[in-house]
Amino acid sequence: MSTQTLDEQYYAQLLQLQQYDFALVELTLFLDTHPNDMQALQQFNQLAQQRRQCAQQFEQQYGPLLQFGQSYSRYPWQWAQQPWPWQV
Amino acid sequence: MWIYEKKLQYPVRVSKCDPRMAKFLAEQYGGADGELAAALRYLNQRYTIPDQVIGLLTDIGTEEFAHLEMIATMIYKLTKDATPKQLEEAGLGAHFASHDSALFYNNAAGVPWTAAYIQAKGDPLADLYEDIAAEEKARATYQWLIDMTDDVDLQDSLKFLREREVVHAMRFKEAVQLIVDDREQKKVY
Amino acid sequence: MNNNQCRVYYPFVGPFDPCPPIRVKTYVVPPNQFIPFQPMNLPQYPLPEALRRGTLWPALFSPYPCPPVGKGGGDY
Repeated sequence: MSTQTLDEQYYAQLLQLQQYDFALVELTLFLDTHPNDMQALQQFNQLAQQRRQCAQQFEQQYGPLLQFGQSYSRYPWQWAQQPWPWQV
Repeated sequence: MWIYEKKLQYPVRVSKCDPRMAKFLAEQYGGADGELAAALRYLNQRYTIPDQVIGLLTDIGTEEFAHLEMIATMIYKLTKDATPKQLEEAGLGAHFASHDSALFYNNAAGVPWTAAYIQAKGDPLADLYEDIAAEEKARATYQWLIDMTDDVDLQDSLKFLREREVVHAMRFKEAVQLIVDDREQKKVY
Repeated sequence: MNNNQCRVYYPFVGPFDPCPPIRVKTYVVPPNQFIPFQPMNLPQYPLPEALRRGTLWPALFSPYPCPPVGKGGGDY
């Protein structure tokens, strides 16, 4: 990623992922106090699936989001490459 | 265990080099009601709270670390490439003498973070009311920080963080209700 | 619920106050004060707007700063 320039598409894809993840954070906290809300639970599972696709696409282009084996890496080891979140 | 995710929860942009504002933002980094205090407070209370609210404390505590990283990003960007002279003029001379441009867990006045800021009483109501108060205090701090800058990009991220305090307080109030009503037990019979 | 989150008060102005008096002061009462326990199936923002506002539910949105007195609220 070090040689990769951060184009508009990077920011757009990142934003889309942040949008999914934010809804999932909100639903997680909501379900913590509303464990019997079936509709919220269904929405949560549905969004989790969409989120997975979105994250996969992002990782293929811009490198792994997670580590300790939760994301794959190409050669050479991509995880330690910049940019880090506070740099973009 | 925890897994780090290599992205911010919400985009952080700042529109100018502004070490003065970075100094004030430290209140939410290493201050009494800042994001570090919040994360450590909730995650530590988890071990001695009724089971039906452990999940909530875990998740809000985890989200607070995402907020801590957002505040760090703001401070980092606002001070990046600032000269020692600029830092000194912004009231960060004493900080620079000890830390250079490094971030440190202190409040806006430079007082280092201490565990004395947070509590764990082992009593569910006492702990949850502390948590609600902490969220309202953090909300207020974000308001004063929003008032102190004219940087609309920075304000945008601060408004997001302020709103999160409102939602967290809502959830903690619900947690109080769950504890008071003992809801899970009610459902059993 | 976005409306009426602001309260106004009028501090006493003493004859020997050195700073020019602020006659109207405001403070915020966020929506969590009006909802004891969030009901199920509340309307939601679309995801992009939810992120921008910091909550999925309009009922929990709290604008800041306070909208000008008498103008209602609901927006940034």
